[in-house]
Amino acid sequence: MNNKSEAMFQFYSSQNLIFLTGRKAKNLDELLTGIKEVEEMSIYYHSHHYLEQREFLSPEPPNDFFYWITNDLQNKMLGEMVASIDLRQMNSLKEIQSKIIEVIEKSLMQNIEANLTNVSTGEEFLFMSVRSFVYPTKYTASDLSEFRYCLRTVPLNSIYFHFFGTRFNKSLPSMSDWLSTSLNEAELAQKFEKIDPYTITLENLREALIRLVEKRIVEKNNV
Amino acid sequence: MSKIKEYVKFVGADVINELEFYAGKLAGIKIQNINSTSVGGGVAEILARMIPMLRELGINAYWDVIKGGEKFFEITKKMHNALHGQQVTYSDEEISLYLQTNENNAREMKLNGDIMFIHDPQPCALIKYKQGDEQKWIWRGHVDFSNPEMFTWNFLKEYIEQYDASVFSAPSFAHRLRIPQVLISPSIDPLSEKNIDLPQETIDSVLEKFNIDKNRPLVTQISRFDYLKDPIGVVKVYKLVKKYIDCQLVLAGGGATDDPEGAKVLAEVQEVAANDPDIFLLLLPPASDIEINALQRASNVILQKSLREGFGLTVAEALWKSKPVIAGAVGGIPLQVTHKYSGLLTYTIEGTAFALKQLLQNPAYAKKLGENGHEQIRKNFLITRHLRDYLLLFLSLLHKTDNVVFL
Repeated sequence: MNNKSEAMFQFYSSQNLIFLTGRKAKNLDELLTGIKEVEEMSIYYHSHHYLEQREFLSPEPPNDFFYWITNDLQNKMLGEMVASIDLRQMNSLKEIQSKIIEVIEKSLMQNIEANLTNVSTGEEFLFMSVRSFVYPTKYTASDLSEFRYCLRTVPLNSIYFHFFGTRFNKSLPSMSDWLSTSLNEAELAQKFEKIDPYTITLENLREALIRLVEKRIVEKNNV
Repeated sequence: MSKIKEYVKFVGADVINELEFYAGKLAGIKIQNINSTSVGGGVAEILARMIPMLRELGINAYWDVIKGGEKFFEITKKMHNALHGQQVTYSDEEISLYLQTNENNAREMKLNGDIMFIHDPQPCALIKYKQGDEQKWIWRGHVDFSNPEMFTWNFLKEYIEQYDASVFSAPSFAHRLRIPQVLISPSIDPLSEKNIDLPQETIDSVLEKFNIDKNRPLVTQISRFDYLKDPIGVVKVYKLVKKYIDCQLVLAGGGATDDPEGAKVLAEVQEVAANDPDIFLLLLPPASDIEINALQRASNVILQKSLREGFGLTVAEALWKSKPVIAGAVGGIPLQVTHKYSGLLTYTIEGTAFALKQLLQNPAYAKKLGENGHEQIRKNFLITRHLRDYLLLFLSLLHKTDNVVFL
């Protein structure tokens, strides 16, 4: 059962430095123009930072665009539509950007008046961006038992990085890539892929991953 | 045990290991901080804590202070007020003196850091004396820039845009600039007297000292007696709530003795309080950190009903103590409080009174908000995060082009 892989899984972690752009939006039209013109890392920041910064909250506000449209613009219907964009299905930040643009444009076409609502001074949407600094942790795994140990022990930021940070930057292998190619655990890898990490806290995500790995270890022991 | 290791109990060993890792990548880099005062004020306080921690991490960080005459500091005080939105004018002589003082300091000081970290407007024009492209310069604005007087802003902007990067404390302080602008929020130190855990006896003795009844609910706002902190509004909130709940109110802060407006505000608050024995207006002397800590810990709910705010670190202090907070949605407060998750944000006296009744009558809800708030502060507003952001900022200057930097 203790098949060790020659290719170890290196657990990385990351931290972000947040950048301000000075760009503001006081209505939907300006928000839409901003979303079209900002760099992709700004889309990444506004759609993902809640997951990282407020990991202990559940349920979590899904993204900044939803939060601002719902709470400041008071457009609850559009807010819900933006919140429910299935980010798990998006394979690139460009795709996320295009989907948000599509949802807002569609809403604007159906409700021209929504375009005219301005928020008060101080309530504008403030575009920000981010740079990520990735570093190797001391944790590595070469089989399922070590992998389970690492999942239990690594900092939550590492779980975040391997589920979200690697999604849009393919220069490092994801957990499921490693499980499938290095440990020949295609089925387990598929189960990892099926988890929707956007609707679960990071701590619960960690637990869910550990449960899947444990179950697989038990199965292999019983063979 | 080294000082930095003492933070392990708050943030975990991984966070400290991470700081050590980043610091290792900055080995051999000299970081020269320059501001305008070595004592007094928030900037000096931050530098006094940060520099020893950076040095303990093995970074060659040091701190110099510019010299200037009385007239120079009058001009820079005027600039400070202007950045907060006050209308001001400058004579040609004043502008010349500002620039001349910067030039004199550049000549007398050794501007020899690999990274020059310049704080606030006073030494901003030192950038004119940058020595080659290899040397990196950062300008850090510590005040509220959300609505500056435009002449002053445009004057400073000419110099700020010559820096390699700028740093602001809140998203709303950003402007369109040609250089990168980094968001680095202030922080609190869990080991400072204002925030350390206190034994119950200390808390009780502080309550006793001020004749506060520890058996009835206590609502507190810690702030200067300043119109922008809306202490009169706070008393009105209390009066609306008092009709239904037998609570007590503490308004505690310092600074009134050397602030003529503060004395006037206090007099007005006293008038509105109308000798209510359950309202405690406490004018505290400067070294009252333990008293403030105890009052926050003894409170059932903390208010910060500000109408305008720089960052509002008293909110972070209260949340760190797991206290439910009701606060005005201004300045840096919304960064610290997510409405209904880690506190309540309100806009009016009536709304604040409604929220206060909710929290006093639903202790489980109040407790949950306080717990979430504590986590929010632990993760985002402790000095270790502040230190991490500075280290990443320095690293970002060495890896200028990549959005994702592999260290």
